[in-house]
Amino acid sequence: MEIMQLDPVWKRMVWNVLCGKSKVKEMLLMKELKVEATIENLSKVFTFLQDALETCDCPARTKRQIKLCVEEIFMNITHYAYNPETGTATISFEVENGDKPPRAVISFADTGKPYDPLQKEDPDIEAGLDERPIGGLGIYLVKTTMDNVEYERKDGQNLLTIEKEIGDKAV
Amino acid sequence: MEFEKTQDGSVLKVSLVGELDSMNTPELEEKLIKEIDGVKELIFDLDKLEYISSAGLRVLLQMQKTMKSQGSMVIRNTNEDVMDIFKVTGFIRLLNLE
Repeated sequence: MEIMQLDPVWKRMVWNVLCGKSKVKEMLLMKELKVEATIENLSKVFTFLQDALETCDCPARTKRQIKLCVEEIFMNITHYAYNPETGTATISFEVENGDKPPRAVISFADTGKPYDPLQKEDPDIEAGLDERPIGGLGIYLVKTTMDNVEYERKDGQNLLTIEKEIGDKAV
Repeated sequence: MEFEKTQDGSVLKVSLVGELDSMNTPELEEKLIKEIDGVKELIFDLDKLEYISSAGLRVLLQMQKTMKSQGSMVIRNTNEDVMDIFKVTGFIRLLNLE
């Protein structure tokens, strides 16, 4: 019962431990941001991410890749999950360690229309200028630069999680 | 994000400085669309561009398509970070990089 009184971030952390999904000693950092999914709030998302990444010993290139993917996913939520109506997006950032090298795990939750961006067909990056449509690159960038991307529709929410190794050897 | 533009006859040079993201790309796009009429050579200088997302890529591709029919477009001084994105998206073959 005690668990129920914890805030959602800690509740999930305790739940993960109880389920054997993670160990407390492996969880190095966890932050959460809940904002209305609007283009104007992208700056709040960037500030949140910058604060979170500042505490990570992570190559600058990896930080840029993570920032890019967070922008692409947040903009997808504003355009596809909610448009024309609006709603909130909850972004959680955690660094996990353990047997594997440290990795950033970033989750996005929204209550908009069911939308699985991973179902979107990859663009043909070999296509010539005339055949190349404008747009359609955001999720492709996420899929190609992150180590793992997963989508789930659960309890009326779109849940998208990305993972990226952030150690010195990250590429 | 700042963009500095200089026009010499039908040559338009645009230097992008800082981060080109979904928030500031619409302003760049709007200005470029206004300026592009009559331009025969469009030059982007990306020396000081630190970040680009798919929103910025859309504008570059749109400009490349427009310039194909009315002249030429070149992109100069692309740094390693932005080049990474050009490589992943195949833009390295679509754009005229110098």
